Amino acid sequence: MALSFQEFLFYAFGAVLLAAALGVVTARNPVHAVLFLVLAFFTSAALWLLMEAEFLALTLVLVYVGAVMVLFLFVVMMLDIDLAALRAGFARHLPLGLLVAAVIVWEMVSVLGPARFGPQRMEPPPPHGAGYSNTKALGETLYTEHLYAFEIAALILLVAIVAAIALTLRRRPGVRRQDPARQVRVRRRERVRLVRLPPGGGDAAGEGG
Amino acid sequence: MVPLSHYLILGAVLFCIAVAGVFLNRKNVIVLLMAIELMLLAVNTNFVAFARYLGDTTGQVFVFFVLTVAAAEAAIGLAILVVLFRNRGSINVDDMDRMRG
Repeated sequence: MALSFQEFLFYAFGAVLLAAALGVVTARNPVHAVLFLVLAFFTSAALWLLMEAEFLALTLVLVYVGAVMVLFLFVVMMLDIDLAALRAGFARHLPLGLLVAAVIVWEMVSVLGPARFGPQRMEPPPPHGAGYSNTKALGETLYTEHLYAFEIAALILLVAIVAAIALTLRRRPGVRRQDPARQVRVRRRERVRLVRLPPGGGDAAGEGG
Repeated sequence: MVPLSHYLILGAVLFCIAVAGVFLNRKNVIVLLMAIELMLLAVNTNFVAFARYLGDTTGQVFVFFVLTVAAAEAAIGLAILVVLFRNRGSINVDDMDRMRG
């Protein structure tokens, strides 16, 4: 059976994706796990490009690989983790984990297999023409039908920013810091004292206190 | 063309690898968070595949929102992790029993 170029790309990227996912869950070093996860996201972006979801594929690379994974890397490298203690139960939980995963795979494949979602049941759609813009189609749906959901998403991001900063903000004693509220509230007479100097020479000035 | 079932099976296998990862690394919170990211990736792959084969862009809009929430979740989860490490000096899940739940 000859593979078309698209099919070849799908199986190649799928194999890389599954290998990277296995690397994430079995890597001994968390830094390696993060790097495997970066590989998984990159490969998924390629698969999404195959499915003509260009905007989301680029978003995945920019937002996930560019921001979230770098955040993971920062945290993993910042924390000084005792690796041996965290790996303690790995071999003990291995049989149970493999059993549960195998059962879920069997269940899902029996439901999602070619009998129900194969090419006879769901025709592969023809590819879009050269003038089709995925970004435009996505934007037209997002900004009309799903506008409220979009605004809620923006609020969720704002709350996440505030929560992350508020959680990790640390007030250490004995460190001089600015208090902007006090700086704004200050009045002139608390800071400036006008002194009337007697006219004449500088020798006798300032005696009376 | 690749049939839809192959994309769905790929997503299912990816999801199960992530579930197995939760079982295997149940002491290490960072790997747990990464396994959750893998699960969301599998779900998103399914959404994109259905959006393509049903010819409906709404699935891609949903992936957009899932990405947003996952980014927020990762940021807050890592912040909690940093605070936890600062207070306890470890990220072992077994040490998180202060609330006696």
